[in-house]
Amino acid sequence: MANLKELSEKKELFVGGHRLCPGCAAGIIARQVLLATKEPVVAVASTGCLEVATTIFPYSAWKVPWFHNAFENAASTISGIEAAYRSLKRKGRIDKEVRFIAFGGDGGTYDIGLQALSGAVEREHQFLYICYNNQAYMNTGIQRSSATPKGASTTTAPAGTVIPGKVQFRKDLTGIMVAHQIPYAATATAGKWNDLISKVEKALDTDGPSFMDILSPCRLGWGHPPEQTLTIGRLAADTCFWPLYEVVAGKYRLTYKPKEKKPVTEWLKLQGRFKHLFKPENKDLIDTIQNYVDERWQKLLKLCEEE
Amino acid sequence: MSEKRIAKTANEAIGEAMRQINPDVVAAYPITPATEIVQIFSQFVADGKVDTEFVPVESEHSAMSAVVGASLAGARAMTATSSQGLALMWEVLNIASGLRLPIVMPMVNRALSAPINIHCDHSDTMGARDSGWIQLYSESVQETYDNVIQAVRIAEESLLPVMVTTDGFILSHCLELLTSLLDREVKDFIGEYRPKNFLLDIEHPFTVGALDLQNYYFEHKRQEAEAMRESKEIILKIGEDFKGKFGRGYQLFEDYKTTDSEVAIIAMGSTAGTTKVVVDQLREEKTKAGLLKLRVFRPFPAEELKELLKNVKVVAVLDRADSFNAVSGPLFAEVRNALYDLKERPKVVNYIYGLGGRDIGLKEIHSIYEDLQEINRAGKIKSLLTYLGVRE
Repeated sequence: MANLKELSEKKELFVGGHRLCPGCAAGIIARQVLLATKEPVVAVASTGCLEVATTIFPYSAWKVPWFHNAFENAASTISGIEAAYRSLKRKGRIDKEVRFIAFGGDGGTYDIGLQALSGAVEREHQFLYICYNNQAYMNTGIQRSSATPKGASTTTAPAGTVIPGKVQFRKDLTGIMVAHQIPYAATATAGKWNDLISKVEKALDTDGPSFMDILSPCRLGWGHPPEQTLTIGRLAADTCFWPLYEVVAGKYRLTYKPKEKKPVTEWLKLQGRFKHLFKPENKDLIDTIQNYVDERWQKLLKLCEEE
Repeated sequence: MSEKRIAKTANEAIGEAMRQINPDVVAAYPITPATEIVQIFSQFVADGKVDTEFVPVESEHSAMSAVVGASLAGARAMTATSSQGLALMWEVLNIASGLRLPIVMPMVNRALSAPINIHCDHSDTMGARDSGWIQLYSESVQETYDNVIQAVRIAEESLLPVMVTTDGFILSHCLELLTSLLDREVKDFIGEYRPKNFLLDIEHPFTVGALDLQNYYFEHKRQEAEAMRESKEIILKIGEDFKGKFGRGYQLFEDYKTTDSEVAIIAMGSTAGTTKVVVDQLREEKTKAGLLKLRVFRPFPAEELKELLKNVKVVAVLDRADSFNAVSGPLFAEVRNALYDLKERPKVVNYIYGLGGRDIGLKEIHSIYEDLQEINRAGKIKSLLTYLGVRE
């Protein structure tokens, strides 16, 4: 378990001065992930908000060795770095224990980078992949991704007079990672810092690849005031829209069970991207979304052997 | 004698060179006709003949991405590919050169789809000609092997990635006598790789691949352009050193009886070997024929070509690729450009040949020299571009 006092005394490895939006969860997540590290870290990032806004040459918000290669190849890039590490360590040219972390948005992870991620996990490289998941291509201006939830309005699946936003449900990427027999996979959300940091610690202590899908509210794309980012992050867990769990060697465990499961509308109504769902003609759609959340939650409880 | 002579295909020779180079990291994906390179090297890894970390990636895009990561991390890193594989790497090729990473990649030339075809032409590497990689072309199995070994030093001294090409099937799968070096000789020749800045230098963290906007990008690209210019001297110096140590000399191109020739062919790859036979036959008949075999296509030796060709009357440029620019093949465009500033320019014509592995033999080369002599006699060009050996 993370200790707030200890964390407050740790050296910051992701620092301020970057140009992420006020209220952006991606920067909060990057900072918390690096605060959870014990060993020296090498980080890579896929093209996306976190990359472009934190490393505008000649500035950088990263106090760790950091590399951005391209959009779809964070996982294959870190494969090469980790292979170099193993090689140079074996030859005695490096003596330190080093950890490797790749950051990708949902575009770079769920979609264009999925093949590279699948390959890197199958090859059992020693690395942690963090998907900061803001549920659309935010860097290019809020286009739909396979992580975008059903009903959300994006610029390529907008709410129109005929089609009410994204038609499809989102992809279960953590499930896909579990199907790779990955030793450690987990979900987390911005606003539940203790849960997030504890999971990063576990992931980095894992022998082999590990994966975390971290919900990252985006005030611009989700349409909420910047000061509500963490509230919305927590509400996603409290409504069970985004349950918090981990899968260790195939075994599911719930890491947070809301005392009272709130209706999904509590979460939807705070975000501009779902505004159109509250028109009378879209009531069925809200019911569909609630039913989907309930079904997924029940399935997860079973997997976690909870009541 | 420190050397041994043994029959090998170019793929085997590349595998052997890679074993002797013993890179820190190899990430590769199989593709015809380069598959054997990956297979041979994997066997070396499995048998403990190298201490390379081998990453059997799931695509060529990931191969180049991993090699870029490994090289930046501080490793001597290699991969190998062909055709569609190179095309899939294209995005990351430019990142490798833009970051000035000394990656070496044997590249077995094969036609690009569509239509799908697995045989030799140069459309794949010509498609990557402006990607900031040094490109060395090889006439034979021997040259392929020697080029791969020299490429390690060329890359590391110029801080540019190098691709060494060899003709698919014609060289990759055909046995030729190879004079290989001893392991110790290769080790001494290439030396240890100790980069000044590398990502795994944990005590000195730095950021690479940052967003480079209007106020810096241009300067960084300008430096890259200068590095490519300066690499010419490095390539020549290393070729000299190689000759001094092992007896086989390498320059930017091979001048095969060009200097006093009236008619000359410029070619790259295995076709140069065929052309040499024709040149010898023509010389016996007192025809002043010559061949300029281009070894280094990037950096393009424009000044040197101009000097060498200034007294030649008619030149044929052989392109084993089309540019689809509605004018000429890619090599022709560069050669004619190089000759533009001469007061008295040779007449230059273009032959696009051998696409998709269409055979080219002595007869076809002879016909080109006949055309050149006819142009020389008539003093004018009838056809600037000829598609040689195609049914029309």
